[in-house]
Amino acid sequence: MEMSGSIKIDADRETVWAALLSPDVLKECVPGCQEMTGTPEDGFAATVVQKVGPVKATFKGEVQLQDRVPPESLRLVGEGKGGAAGFAKGGAKVQLVEEEGGTRLDYEAEAKVGGKLAQLGSRIIDGFARKMADQFFEKFRQAVEGPAEDEAADASPDAPKKGWFRSMVSG
Amino acid sequence: MPKDGGIGASSKRREDVRFLTGTGNYTDDINIHGQAHVFFLRSDIAHGTITSVDTGAAEGMPGVVKVFTGADFEAVGGMPCGWQVTDKHGQPMQEPKHPILAHGKVRHVGEPIAAVVADTLEQARDAAEAIVVDIDELPAVVDMKAAVASDDVKVHDDLTSNLCYDWGFVEENKDATDAAFEAAAHVTTLELVNNRLVANPMEPRVAVGDYARGTDESTLYTTSQNPHVIRLLMGAFVLGIPEHKLRVVAPDVGGGFGTKIFHYQEEAFCTFAAKACNRAVKWTSSRSEAFMSDAHGRDHVTKIELALDGDNNFTAVRTETYANMGAYLSTFAPSIPTWLHGTLMAGNYKTPLIYVNVKAVFTNTVPVDAYRGAGRPEATFQLERVIDKAARELGVDPVELRRQNFITEFPYATPVAVEYDTGDYHATMDKVLEISDRDGFAARRAESEAKGKLRGFGINCFIEACGIAPSNLVGQLGARAGLYESATVRVNATGGLVVMTGSHSHGQGHETSFAQVVADMIGIDENMVEIVHGDTSKTPMGMGTYGSRSIAVGGSAMVRATEKIIAKAKKIASHLLEASESDIELKDGAFSVAGTDKSVAWGDVTLAAYVPHNYPLEDIEPGLEETAFYDPSNFTYPAGAYTCEVEVDPATGEVTIERFASADDFGNVVNPMIVEGQVHGGIAQGIGQALLENCSYDENGQLLTASYMDYTMPRADNLPQMDHYVVDHSCQTPCTHNPLGVKGCGEAGAIGSPPTVINAIIDALQSGGHDVAHIDMPATPARVWAAMHG
Repeated sequence: MEMSGSIKIDADRETVWAALLSPDVLKECVPGCQEMTGTPEDGFAATVVQKVGPVKATFKGEVQLQDRVPPESLRLVGEGKGGAAGFAKGGAKVQLVEEEGGTRLDYEAEAKVGGKLAQLGSRIIDGFARKMADQFFEKFRQAVEGPAEDEAADASPDAPKKGWFRSMVSG
Repeated sequence: MPKDGGIGASSKRREDVRFLTGTGNYTDDINIHGQAHVFFLRSDIAHGTITSVDTGAAEGMPGVVKVFTGADFEAVGGMPCGWQVTDKHGQPMQEPKHPILAHGKVRHVGEPIAAVVADTLEQARDAAEAIVVDIDELPAVVDMKAAVASDDVKVHDDLTSNLCYDWGFVEENKDATDAAFEAAAHVTTLELVNNRLVANPMEPRVAVGDYARGTDESTLYTTSQNPHVIRLLMGAFVLGIPEHKLRVVAPDVGGGFGTKIFHYQEEAFCTFAAKACNRAVKWTSSRSEAFMSDAHGRDHVTKIELALDGDNNFTAVRTETYANMGAYLSTFAPSIPTWLHGTLMAGNYKTPLIYVNVKAVFTNTVPVDAYRGAGRPEATFQLERVIDKAARELGVDPVELRRQNFITEFPYATPVAVEYDTGDYHATMDKVLEISDRDGFAARRAESEAKGKLRGFGINCFIEACGIAPSNLVGQLGARAGLYESATVRVNATGGLVVMTGSHSHGQGHETSFAQVVADMIGIDENMVEIVHGDTSKTPMGMGTYGSRSIAVGGSAMVRATEKIIAKAKKIASHLLEASESDIELKDGAFSVAGTDKSVAWGDVTLAAYVPHNYPLEDIEPGLEETAFYDPSNFTYPAGAYTCEVEVDPATGEVTIERFASADDFGNVVNPMIVEGQVHGGIAQGIGQALLENCSYDENGQLLTASYMDYTMPRADNLPQMDHYVVDHSCQTPCTHNPLGVKGCGEAGAIGSPPTVINAIIDALQSGGHDVAHIDMPATPARVWAAMHG
């Protein structure tokens, strides 16, 4: 299956780029991620618990960051093995484009699943992958720029809008 | 007036008492003291090179007895193929090795890579998770035409290509057939897919291996349609166990539909592992495993052409078919698209020239083999669909086009190497038009249209070759087995009989109908006859049940053995009655001297056989037990005509079967109720193929339909109401070459019904002004709707 999309992030391109390379950000943003270790150079090792239709499993996988052109584009390539549940593998090309007031993140992803995931979940896998992608990028946006306006306003009316990642990198 | 016993009576199925009260003895009910359980680690990759299998961690897990990999089976044989097809150039088919556990490569999702034997199934499953398998994934090939067009992806590196064989039949007729097409007044062409199916018997496959160290005897309990075939294949070709040290038992089996004919890896594994572990080893397939390890059925892609002269007589048929073999050759796979398919391309028609080309192809999918009908549904579907299309193109009544071309004189030798002994195709056509009330169809269509629905009437004829098969003939065609059947009739001292048959019952009701035959011959109550089957230690060497052969071949063996019993019993009776043997008559269970009132009861004769105090010991031996082997001289040719009425909802494309009628000619019928049940079930499976069932793979070789969430089985509400689901077998032209005059009824419904349904759908769509020439099965609402909207 293939999918693509874009999100607008209210942060400059270098900040978004740094967030993409951070295992802590990725751990926070990958739905169901229990563990994420590693470096952009060597790749990340991840443990993700997910339920796809009737199949619930712990996936252990690796993510490599390839073709890095800071701060413009990179490719994420990953594979997760879920034991009896089968496997999932895929890749995403991510491009960062400077836009007025922030950065536009474009992605084109493809994924394939095998084993029980394919056998039991094929009808729902496209919708599931779309949901995972939406969740990932929404969390990523939040991590970089902070929660949506009204939530931020409720939490701290006077504070400037700032995500936890940006707070961390900008001090 | 219906009979209340013997041949022709609708005796209630005696086996149903135990099946319906939970007292059957299925393979999974068998538990052997101290048994261990096996879990198979199966590939979730369709095609790849196995770089390592690390079982170290698994071996240390709780309860684990032993972990096996492909390397453990290097010294034993692979899974054998029981049929060698010769291609159109006279060369034998390409035959790949078929390991018990994958070795070197995996070639389809579901192929077993390793097996964990442990004290409990849960422990075995947990340990299997700890096995680390590294596979370098290779591109998979799923599409048959792509597999043949290019060798870029080869399923078997040691074969020259993915083509198992390129078969031409009859090759000598090819030029004449081509010339007939050149000369034809009209040619109708149709390209179609015969969809891949999964048999889905209610009971999944099970195997229990046992080993007795004291006697060095192995026993396999298995869900098989033919335990003797399994014993021969597994003993002689796989494990090297002599037959006298190997017993195979197939107890109550909950449906087979062909997929339990074949010898499977799990059977060989459990037998092997029981000896290696010195413990019984049990495997019970899960439903998911069944989808990826039971041999699948059908999966043909076909182009068929029909040539007609100016008077609408069929002059030639030409076909080109791609037949999927899957990743390995299942036991009888090569024979299905060839000898069980090409030989039926004459159908019910006197077409003088036929040429059939079949390319059998290896792909990274589960092996494909016989499924109810096996080759004959594929032949019938394409032939009857192209005839229907021709009738529309020519603007003639599809009934009349068929009638005009019917074979009417018998015996009839077809141009595809078989000789039909008897039949009356006009009679079954007349009957089905009567019971389906075709005359009332116009009014019913008007009613449907008033409700906003389209209604169609589909007609279809079929013929099948059953009663498989003359051994000398199939030997010439490449079978590596004989296809006779056997029976031993053992009469007990007190008059009861035990019949040990090589046929196997897995839902067909043999225990009832076989007893009816023997009881009828002797003139005793059916309950005095017990039928024993499914155990190589009890029954004589027999070939089992498939191809609608049980009553025609197994029943004939039983008749021959019973005839020997009666002949000997008459000798004993003549001694007891002090009369000439030629004057002895057997009627209603008593022997009498013709023209006198002297008689002796059946029980007196049987007692004398075992207590031979007053007995002609100088002429005959004591005892009363006889065995017969019966080898048929020809196939049998059940045939019939079916009709179907569908309603199509033009808003959604949903098809409902409103009426279905079948008129079958099965020759003589032993138990009408059982025959009707077989036909009802077969039609239900055919409707499943036509409307619902489809086994699908993605382009990576991932199986996408491995549960009932995605693979749709027919249910009661997919079938018409019983009063509009009429099966008739009153047209009877008895088979001329077997003693019962029977033809077999097990597969007819599944063969005759799919094209009937599709013909009806096309008729409905055309009535609504939609120019739709064909819809591939299953005709789901999405496909029908898409066809209606171009």
